[in-house]
Order: sequence, then C-alpha cells, then structure tokens
Amino acid sequence: MSISLKVNGTVRTLDVPPEMPLLWALRDELDLKGTKYGCGVSQCGACTVHVNGVATRSCQTQVGTAVGKDIITIEGLSPDGMHAVQKAWEELDVPQCGYCQAGQMMAAAALLATKPKPTDADIDTAMNRNLCRCATYLRIRQAIHRAADIKGGAATSAAGSSKPGSTDQR
Amino acid sequence: MTTTEQTPGVTRRDFLRVSALVGGGLMLASYAEPLEAIERLGPLSAAADPTLSAYVRITPDGVVTIIGKNPEIGQGIKTMLPMLIAEEMDADWATVKVEQGDLDSTKYQAQIAGGSTATPTNWLPMRRVGAAARAMLVAAAAKQWNVPASELTTAKGVVTHAASKRTASYGSLATLAATMPAPDLATVPLKDPKRFTLIGTRVKTVDLRNIITGKPMFGIDVMVPNMHYATFLKCPVYAGKVQSANLDEIRKLPGVTHAFVVDGGTQLTGLLGGVAIVGTSWWRIQQARKQLKVTWNEGATATQSSAGFAAKAAEFAAGKPQRSLRKDGDVDAALASAAKVIKADYVYPFISHAPLEPQNCTAHFKDGKCEIWAPSQTPDAGRSLVANTLGIKPDQITVHLIRAGGGFGRRLNNDYMVEAAWIAKEAGVPVKLLWTREDDIQHDFYRPGGFHYFTGGLDASGKLIAFKDHFVSFGEGERFAPSADMGPTEFPAKFVPHLAFDASVMPLGVPTGALRAPRSNALSFAIQGFIDELAHAAGKDPMQFRIDLLNSELPSAPAPAGPGGAPPQAGFDAARMRGVLEQLREVSGWGKKTLPKGTGMGVAFYFSHRGYFAEVVQATVSKAGAITVDKIWAVGDVGSEIINPNHAEQQVQGAAMDGLSQAYGQEITFTAGRADQSNFNNYPLLRMNKAAPIEVHWRKTDFPPTGIGEPALPPVIPALINAIFMATGKRVRSIPLSKVDLRWS
Repeated sequence: MSISLKVNGTVRTLDVPPEMPLLWALRDELDLKGTKYGCGVSQCGACTVHVNGVATRSCQTQVGTAVGKDIITIEGLSPDGMHAVQKAWEELDVPQCGYCQAGQMMAAAALLATKPKPTDADIDTAMNRNLCRCATYLRIRQAIHRAADIKGGAATSAAGSSKPGSTDQR
Repeated sequence: MTTTEQTPGVTRRDFLRVSALVGGGLMLASYAEPLEAIERLGPLSAAADPTLSAYVRITPDGVVTIIGKNPEIGQGIKTMLPMLIAEEMDADWATVKVEQGDLDSTKYQAQIAGGSTATPTNWLPMRRVGAAARAMLVAAAAKQWNVPASELTTAKGVVTHAASKRTASYGSLATLAATMPAPDLATVPLKDPKRFTLIGTRVKTVDLRNIITGKPMFGIDVMVPNMHYATFLKCPVYAGKVQSANLDEIRKLPGVTHAFVVDGGTQLTGLLGGVAIVGTSWWRIQQARKQLKVTWNEGATATQSSAGFAAKAAEFAAGKPQRSLRKDGDVDAALASAAKVIKADYVYPFISHAPLEPQNCTAHFKDGKCEIWAPSQTPDAGRSLVANTLGIKPDQITVHLIRAGGGFGRRLNNDYMVEAAWIAKEAGVPVKLLWTREDDIQHDFYRPGGFHYFTGGLDASGKLIAFKDHFVSFGEGERFAPSADMGPTEFPAKFVPHLAFDASVMPLGVPTGALRAPRSNALSFAIQGFIDELAHAAGKDPMQFRIDLLNSELPSAPAPAGPGGAPPQAGFDAARMRGVLEQLREVSGWGKKTLPKGTGMGVAFYFSHRGYFAEVVQATVSKAGAITVDKIWAVGDVGSEIINPNHAEQQVQGAAMDGLSQAYGQEITFTAGRADQSNFNNYPLLRMNKAAPIEVHWRKTDFPPTGIGEPALPPVIPALINAIFMATGKRVRSIPLSKVDLRWS
C-alpha cells in the first residue's frame, strides 16, 4: 500500500502496510538510521521522534496514523546540526556509546520547545522515559540547561571545568 | 618517561615498517609478530594495496590520519589510543582524522575491548608509534635543510629550525620521511610526561558530530548491497534443539524469503539451535515470527530454576564445603577463641548486560569467503568461532569493527556473529541479523548469581582475627562456570591471620560470562558488606576499620595460583588503597557531618583490573523505604596519568550509576531453564530521576597508567548498602533492593 509521509519537511512515498511502525519505515524504508530500536515496547525512548512537534515513540506509532503529520527525526532536527540541543550536547560531550542520544536529544528539544527554562524536576519528569544504559544522565541534565541558555542567547559555557572533583554535579 | 618501562602483559617485540603512500606520503605500521612472519608477507607496498591501513598516514596535503585499532563500545578508546600516537608525534589534534581499523591482528596486535586492558597494554606501544613517526619527520627535515636533527623542534604538525627560522609542515615532509630509516621501536625516545600537551587534557569524542546528527554508525545501521534481514528464534531453554517447525507456512508470509532450521551445537558460546527467518524487511519477518510454531527438545537445562539454585545453596550451606580455595592459620580455632563471632549470609542474583543496542551482525558469505560487520568486543575470537563453525579458514574472513551501542562485557561473546555468518551462508544472501530486545535479555551470558556464608571473629580489642567464607556458586568439580569464580587472593586474604575461603558448586546450564568488572561487581557487595558488619560489631568507624585492616598485611607468602591455575591478580598494593581511602575521607567529609536519621554515609573499596577505587555514598531512605542517593564521592588511583579526563570521568560516572542500577532493581530469574524477564518493563534499568551527583577525584601515583572502564563499579554497591545501614539500621544482605523492605520508623 502506498503511503505518503512528510519527514523532515519532505514528502516521501513508501509501499508498506499502514500498521508498520514508523520506526521501521524511517529506518529500513527511508534509510533514516538515526532513530534507534531499543525495546520495541515504548520503554527506552531510543526511537523518539517529533510528530507535529510532540516527542513520540516511533516504535508504537503506526505509519498509517502519521500520514499528513509533520515528522521530524534527528536528521531533520536542524538543517546543519546546530540546534541548541546539538550544540549543548557537543559542548558537554554528552554521549558515551551514543546509541540512545538521538532519542534523548529529540525528547530534550521537545521539552525546551514547551519549557524554555526547565528545572531539574522538569527535566527528570520529561526525560525519565529515555534510558541511557551508559548512564550519561548527569551530562544530559547539564546539557539541557545549557541548551536552554543557548536558546536564550547566553554565550558562555558552564561546562568544561577540569578542576578536580567538580564534575557533573546536579 | 624512560624507555625501559615495562608494559604489563606486553612481552613481544614491536617492529615498525614504513612505506610510501600512493601519491606521496608516509605510512607507519607497527608489528608485534616476529620479523620472519612479516617477511613472509612479502614487501609491504602501498601501491599494491592502496586501501591498506596502518596506524598513521600523512598525505602531502597535510592530513594526518590515525587509526584507532580497538573496538569502540562507548568507552572512548577510538579517541584515546590515537591521542597516545598524536601526543608523541606532536600532531595537531584539531586537524587529525581518526579512522577505525578493521580486524587485522598482524598489523594491530590485540583488538579487544575487555578487562580494562587497553590502557596498560597500549600506553607504551602507541606512544612509540607516534614517536617513531615524529623521528622520521624530523629526520626528513634535517636532511632537507642539512641541519642536525637535534636542532629541530616539533609542535602541532610543524617542524621548526629556530636558528634559521625555517618551518615545514608534516604534510610537506611526509614523502621524504617515508624514505628515512625507521627507528627501533624499543629504543625510540619518548616524551617526558611533563611535556605532554594532549595527554591529560579534556579531549572530546572523535565521533561526536556524527552521533549528535544521527549518522549511521552502529552495527544496526550497516547496509550492504542486496542485504536481507534475519531474525533467529532460539530455544528458550539454553542449548535446546528444534524438533519441528511450521516452516512451509512461514515461507509463504509477506516479506519472507527464507526460513530454515539451524541445528546448532551444545557449546553455549557457539551456534545454538533455532529457526532463522530471512526476508526483505526486519519488521515483516517479525510479523512472520509471530506465526512461527516450534516444537523444541528442551534438554536437561529445563529442570533448572532460581528456586532450585537457592534450595541447593541452602543445602550446601548446611554441609561441609566441597573444596578449599585458601586456608591460612587455623580459622576454626581462632573463631572458638574470638571475643565476638559474627555470621551473615549474602546473596546476589543473575543479571543481564542489556546494552541498549540489541545484538546484531551483518554477514555476507560468497565463494567460500565471509565478510562480516560486527559490533564485537572480541572480533578476533569471533572470527575464529565463525571459521570453526563454518569450516573455513580465518584468513577467508574479513571483519569490520563497527561501533557498538554499549558493551559491558556482553559483546565479549560472539554468538550473534556466528549466527549471522551461518544464516548468510545458508540463505546465500547478505543478511543483517538483528535480535529483538527479548532475544537479548533472554539469551545473555549472564553475570552469575552467588551465595556467601560468612563467619568473622574479632578479638577483645575489635581486631579482625578470623574470616571464613563458604562461597556457593556454579560449575562442576574444580571448574567454576564463567565469571562464577572467586580467587584465593580476594581481600581480606593476606590481611587476616586465620582465614578460609571454601567453595561448593552446583551444575549450571545457563550461559554466564563477564559483566563490567566481572566477579568483582558481585564479590564486592558481599565482602565489603560483611566487612562493614565486622566494623560495626567491633565498635569501630567503618572507614578507620578498613584502613586499619589494610595496615595489617601479613608477611608475604608465595601467592597461590588463581582458579584453574591462572596467575594471581597482579599485586594488590595496600599502600595505594590506603592512600585512596585517606583521600576519600578528606573529600567526602567523612565523620565530620551530622546527618539526620534516615540519611547515612557508607564506604567501600575495591581493587580490580589494576585499579584502586574507594567510594562513599550518602543516601537518604524515607520512612516508606524509598532510597535517594544524595551524593557519591569516588577516588581512584589508576597510575600516573589520566589520559583523557573527560572520558575517564564519564567512565567513573557510568560505572557508579551502573552499580546503582544493579543494586536497585536488576535481577534475572529462571523457571524451567529459561529467563523470566524479557524487556525493560520487568528488567528495570536506572533512569534519570535516580541518577546521583558524583564527584570524581584522582590520586595520581608513580605507577604506569591502567584502565578505567571497570574498576570504579565494584565499590558503589556495598557503599550504598553500608549507607542504608547508617540511615536505617537495616543491614541489606541480598540485592536487588526492590525486593528488600527498607521501611523504618
């Protein structure tokens, strides 16, 4: 069955059953590999994309229900990889293995779109559905605050401290 | 740094070969093989093989490319090993390109991500490669300018002759440098560490941009022409076999191109029995898999269960141990005369690695040759397994090392690799095998559970005089199951005059293996927990009790062999551990704080993988029994240099959180020979709201640098347990904590 999806601003047509999860349509039909499979049951958040601006689990979203909606993946988060979240992630060198980070960044970008200055509690609530097996949580939390500052126009980084014992505190 | 410094575990001599690059330039490779073996390969010619990779390539346009040889699993090794080369080369790190090397044990020696070994085994060899490259570039400049090499200096990819104010970029010198005699790697001078400009600085992940923009880079992302997708359903009972399956029905389903039975063998680390489905879309073959009906011959393991293991352990505990692992003095006599005797039983569960990227591998078998793209921690061992199973020679197999979405020891085994290769061969098409999350959790090489029955004796002054552990584990006869062992040098051996380590093992059909800080991650909980009990029974401060114990080392006796005749772990140095504990006491404010009831601080230390770590956890337990870790202080001694503090801190944070995650809720149980858990809903991992602030401190000592991926994990679990005791008076002797009632009033 022919289905048209608007992904990262471009309409793409694919021949898949409408019940195929958006995750697999993105990865294996449209070759957008940034969105990851981790659990398939909405537990880990590695597959998070934006559907009409809302952080959405693509493993639980059938492509048929995404027709006509605006789908954004990590590849389309910014035209040049310079979204405030990406800049903050780069400044703080957040990833370890990196596998969950696309999902983390999509969730973080959606949070900042609705809460430009999130508190730690806001971050914990919004990000608690995204697993990081390497446990980069402290840097994720720090990077979200930093991204909020970047969006708000702050120039200097709070990160990069190398004095002993001062790393990654809440 | 002197050139006579020995790297642990490296005894082979390194040989350097140099060749010109096509279009000019320099290529350096270091070989660990005897020279004759290299000569047999014939002349190394870049012209004959323009894709041939080595450690360093410098092209005339000035691009310096350094190869990262080891598997990258998130530990930052693809950044760190090239840093060692770049440091000694004086390359300009900002412009250095780093490439992942394929599997080539002739060029690259060991390519392993395991045992925190990369730092101690590569600290000198990688630096020597860089120093050799620099020496040749300097020699080229000296020749070009007709000046003594001793008058030349290097920095950021440029050679300078200060007297004549001449400079030349590495790129401009590369072609001439390739004709210079290669220095002897054993004697090439290395920098004095005081002159390091890159080592010791906070360097970012080389692939950071690709990660944050979602570029395909993991095993799951691999695409090759005509690639098909594969799913593999194994018997839920380990090493069970397929009796029959409705393959004819499955083959008719949409998207399915092949469906077949894999007989498999009986080795848990090898190819096991199951049904493979191959098709044009992974999601479609998952739909087909739901229609699969298999009758299994489950085999003997179907009689095993967690309840059975616990019952057997209780039976062992009541009887005489099967064998002795270590016996010092007369522990029973000492206990009989002790002023105070404390007994306690500790138990920990099986746990799964659960890296976030499920196991996967892409393989293409054609004309007797196999090409493999594998996110493996031990690609060389994987190649041997594939060769043996498929009946081809290792040199018929090409292995590309692909970034892994986490390792934690899971990918030390290569079951997914041999499955992909076998299925690709059977199907006759390239396949990407991808496991489901359920496959991953239910077919792991689990961290084995274990049981410890401790007895400790204190004299009237509160000194520990007798220590006895009856360790109940898994295995057969003298052999422990993988990672289910305990060594005779385990602390407090050699620090208590009367000590006995005994063991009893029961048979196990469940696969087990190394998980980040294998053995230590479990033993630390039990032993450092019990030591805390002894400290409290002695009426001593738990920090001081540990330091006193570390001060009571007995006169040295010949170290007994490890399990199976393995050498004992390289020398535990009590002074280094005391130093770490003393620094930890300072930075954590131990003993100087007044904490409210419900909040407590706990301490533990552990030596593993050559690293000395001690940690303090401050935890608050609500009256309802909910735990919050307020803060963790970690102090580590891994030698003279923290090569990349940025990643080293990440490893300590990750290891500590990993430990918290294990303590809080990780447990795999077995019923009728199969895992009861299947996904993150019933196998919970730590989430953001439980991530605890952590301070990381380094105690730098004059020892050669050692690894950091593992040793920070073991202390955190007992430190948490000990903090919970201080907060609530409740002594936790079994994990996970999700099963322990911590309510207090």
